[in-house]
Amino acid sequence: MNKNFLLKMSFDIEGNNFNAAGAASSEIKRKLKQIGLNSDVVRRAAVSAYEAEMNIVIHAYKGVLTVTVSPGEINILAEDEGPGIADIELAMKEGYSTASDDVREMGFGAGMGLPNMKKCSDKFEIKTELGVGTKVSMTIYY
Amino acid sequence: MIERNYHSVVLDREKCKGCTNCIKNCPTEAIRVRDGKAKILEDRCIDCGECIRICPQHAKLAKTDELSILNNFRYRVVIPAPSLYGQFKEYMNPEKILMGLKKMGFDEVYEVALAAENVSIAVRRYLSEKNNPKPGISSACPAVVRLIQVRFPDLIKNIVPIKAPIEIAAKKAREKIKKEKGFKDDEIGVFFITPCPAKVTSIKSPVGAKTSFINGAFSVSQIYGDLLKNIKSVKESDLDGTLQKASGLGVGWGRSGGENKALAMGNTLSVDGIHNVIEVLEEVEMGRLKDIDFIEAQACIGGCVGGALMVEKQVIARTRLRKLSETLAQNFAVDEYVVLKEYDNNYYFMTEKIEPKHVMKLDEDIAKAIEKMELLEKTLERLPGLDCGSCGSPNCRALAEDIVRGIASENDCVFVLREKVKELAEEMLELSKRLPPAMGDGDFNRKGEKNET
Ligand SMILES: Nc1ncnc2c1ncn2[C@@H]1O[C@H](COP(=O)(O)OP(=O)(O)OP(=O)(O)O)[C@@H](O)[C@H]1O
Ligand code: SF4
Ligand SMILES: [Mg+2]
Repeated sequence: MNKNFLLKMSFDIEGNNFNAAGAASSEIKRKLKQIGLNSDVVRRAAVSAYEAEMNIVIHAYKGVLTVTVSPGEINILAEDEGPGIADIELAMKEGYSTASDDVREMGFGAGMGLPNMKKCSDKFEIKTELGVGTKVSMTIYY
Repeated sequence: MIERNYHSVVLDREKCKGCTNCIKNCPTEAIRVRDGKAKILEDRCIDCGECIRICPQHAKLAKTDELSILNNFRYRVVIPAPSLYGQFKEYMNPEKILMGLKKMGFDEVYEVALAAENVSIAVRRYLSEKNNPKPGISSACPAVVRLIQVRFPDLIKNIVPIKAPIEIAAKKAREKIKKEKGFKDDEIGVFFITPCPAKVTSIKSPVGAKTSFINGAFSVSQIYGDLLKNIKSVKESDLDGTLQKASGLGVGWGRSGGENKALAMGNTLSVDGIHNVIEVLEEVEMGRLKDIDFIEAQACIGGCVGGALMVEKQVIARTRLRKLSETLAQNFAVDEYVVLKEYDNNYYFMTEKIEPKHVMKLDEDIAKAIEKMELLEKTLERLPGLDCGSCGSPNCRALAEDIVRGIASENDCVFVLREKVKELAEEMLELSKRLPPAMGDGDFNRKGEKNET
């Protein structure tokens, strides 16, 4: 049997487009379910992907969400062109958010996205450059 | 008699015209049209009855029992769903409705609404215990339970593992009759008056129990005519006020929101209509409803008053039931203390685990499933994306999935077929221009191309 199987899916995410928001992570969830991954793994991957997708929609201009499934692990990579994060340590704190009032009214901006992504993944890396963009990479083992 | 793969929803092949209304509305994509007739994929069907409601030919039926099975039992009990009261103009006089029902050949009536009170108290206790997964999800609607098995296996742990009111009603009725009348279990027949096919399936092929306490089910629409006549023939003097016992809280269970009202605790959410239920369950699965303690989820719009085998319009039945439950007593008719003692003795718990049904998986083996997923995506790219349904699958993606699963072919798509026919036609035209080597007019070569001059 093929031990080096790989499934790769990529989605372009548009900043500020709340109509399409969540569509990419829904599709990711459905596909991970269909390939028969353990339901807890699916949930953690889906939550990580959703939070990453929403952060691009809310905080960045545009980005790409890429999910790769390889033997034993899932990697979720969110790369965006955007303002970047000035203080990562602060941004990682539960409850910290710079979301506008408009966005809060839509039910986002609780400052729980990044902490949740970290909680859901086994490996979490974030790189950012002010004025350029942010790159979040998460790995979940199964 | 337990059939593992029993389904109440069946197709009347004669009536089916092979239109695509049902396949497009099925919440688990469990129907295909093959050879001009709908075909239900048994392992995906959750018996919600959406197809019964939507079929313009009335070709989807619910299998229920024949009234003649009453003859197999010495003592016959009828257990009507709380939603039954809203089906009649006499809704404000439920005693009369129950008497009419009894006259159809039953020795005794035991209201499911009464058992709904027991269940309310038991669920409330269960939710107050620490460490039970949040939010709890009601187990009362069997279509929702099956939906979770098929589409949300991760949420099985959230289903409150307490038996549905119909089972508790049957259990209680049996105990009462054995004690008061001395009949043996197999002499007692318990019959449910059902609003929906899902409940029939839950009796014939239970989830969370090995067997049901109920012997048969008749639908509201099946007995409606006779029952209506009976109700009209009941005289006030026939009534002694002993049949209708449940409070407004128990009766309220028949419409959406009623279960939560009876629970009267915590942060609860109520959702009705199978497509809305799916939306809410997606949220729960993503961990976004952690602040909710309990979800009352019902497959039918309006709750059981909107069941697929009901007769009265949902809005009317729902309003009637609300009025009735508001005029009845507002505290439980059952003894809370007794119920809690029974609860501690495991009286209310399901006896079997609810198992996930992995029917959405492409393959048991992850590597193979991924291969199939890639094939599915490639196939999908070749399909037109119109989701027209003429291939007999609900949408282009489902056809691609069916192709990968080996139950359909790409040529089932009329657009792919047309494209292929066009290619073939062009090739034939091309071929027809070719001439045998000895023929030709010099201007064209054998391939039909113009010769350079
Ligand atoms: N991709 C990004 N680009 C720029 N800033 C970001 C990005 N992701 C997060 N941030 C910053 O980090 C903060 C915290 O992010 P986090 O996802 O934890 O919370 P939130 O998005 O504000 O609210 P929630 O995720 O609960 O809706 C954000 O408010 C924002 O200032
Ligand atoms: S809501 Fe009630 S009537 Fe509808 S499927 Fe569920 S149990 Fe049956
Ligand atoms: Mg966020």
